[in-house]
Amino acid sequence: MNATPLVQGLSIALLLLLWVLVAAQLADPLILPAPGDLIAPFWGELVSGDLLFHLGQTLIRVVWAFGLAMALGLAIGFAMGRSPSLNRWLDPWLVVFLNLPALVLIVLCYLWIGLNETAAIAAVTLNKVPNVVTVIREGARALSPDFDAVARVYRLGWWARLRHIHLPQLAPFIAAASRNGLAVIWKIVLVVELLGRSNGVGFQIHLYFQLFNVGLILVYALSFIAVMLLVEWAVIQPWERAAGRWRQA
Amino acid sequence: MIHVDVRQKRFGDRAVLADIAFALERGETLAIVGPSGIGKSTLLRIVAGLDVAFEGTVSGAHRIGFVFQEPTLLPWRPLLANLMIAHPKAGDGAAREMLAAVGLAGREAELPRQLSLGQQRRLSLARALLGAPELLILDEPFASLDRETHGEMLRLTERLIAEHRPATLLVTHDPGEASRLAGRVGTLAGSPARLEGMT
Repeated sequence: MNATPLVQGLSIALLLLLWVLVAAQLADPLILPAPGDLIAPFWGELVSGDLLFHLGQTLIRVVWAFGLAMALGLAIGFAMGRSPSLNRWLDPWLVVFLNLPALVLIVLCYLWIGLNETAAIAAVTLNKVPNVVTVIREGARALSPDFDAVARVYRLGWWARLRHIHLPQLAPFIAAASRNGLAVIWKIVLVVELLGRSNGVGFQIHLYFQLFNVGLILVYALSFIAVMLLVEWAVIQPWERAAGRWRQA
Repeated sequence: MIHVDVRQKRFGDRAVLADIAFALERGETLAIVGPSGIGKSTLLRIVAGLDVAFEGTVSGAHRIGFVFQEPTLLPWRPLLANLMIAHPKAGDGAAREMLAAVGLAGREAELPRQLSLGQQRRLSLARALLGAPELLILDEPFASLDRETHGEMLRLTERLIAEHRPATLLVTHDPGEASRLAGRVGTLAGSPARLEGMT
């Protein structure tokens, strides 16, 4: 019997228990409400439609930024991993972008592009691309030259090489970049929304911060964490299992 | 007719191959023997077009089948797909027939890691022959096999070469394998290695 789900369930239960204990110790719902105190505000936001609307807005931004960052990061990281000369040229840029604070990129995008959706998604994408590039570059460097030789002898076209030779070898690196990317991107999206959008979970958190409503801040934050966990369990993990099935055969 | 003329191949300052010239006709097998590290695999990579940094020319081989020293099968694709990916125009039926010809009928959906080393070598041979190659290159195809599997693989290779009649270039360190499979045998020797004693 697989004990992992049981352990994970117990771990979450322990975290909740800790929360209950700390809330009880503080005894001030304005500072830290107990988990049970969030049910009513959660239900209120759900029924009014606000929660789903703002979750949806944030999710759309996450999906766009994630898709763009993965596509760009895959292409650039793959090219850098395969071409030492291109890597020599682009590596200093990568170091610069990796060390550029997220906040600076966000502010610059809003200043240069305007307070709009394009700037918001561009800011998140640009923040994430260097991390994806770094991971995929390592994967591209580790590609087996033996399989490249097979592809050359049998004159596989670029699409066949990508699909049958390169992507299966890159799968663990893509999975790592995806998992890490999703976790980072949604946090940056919240900052982007807080600074320059009029909807989304980040905007709502900013709003309730000004109203000093810790309960609703937690409702929105926890709701979005739940959505991201759902994406992880329903999309990323099954894809990862499918991509790595040949290893278990 | 396949013409190979390798005047020189260097790795940095060191010349590893020099003055190697031969021609191969369809149905003809040439075996090249020599000790490990002499440059046999380098020569095969040049002939296959995998190494183009050499002085000389290789001409006449447009369709090549290569049985690498390691089977180099795609571990993430089933056996049938391993053949079809290399030769998408060959067709499903031809690929299944080729699998049957190497004794792997009924195992189309299995993955390479479910096969023994001998079976993986047979699949590699099937992949090399499915594209009706003008030139078949065999790089130590019987190395690391136990005696029984070695014998089976040798007989299978002999039979399939006779059936398909490609020009065949075999490198091996075993003179027995060479004389059994090949009509002509040459030896790589010296530094830089030259082709000597061609029979």
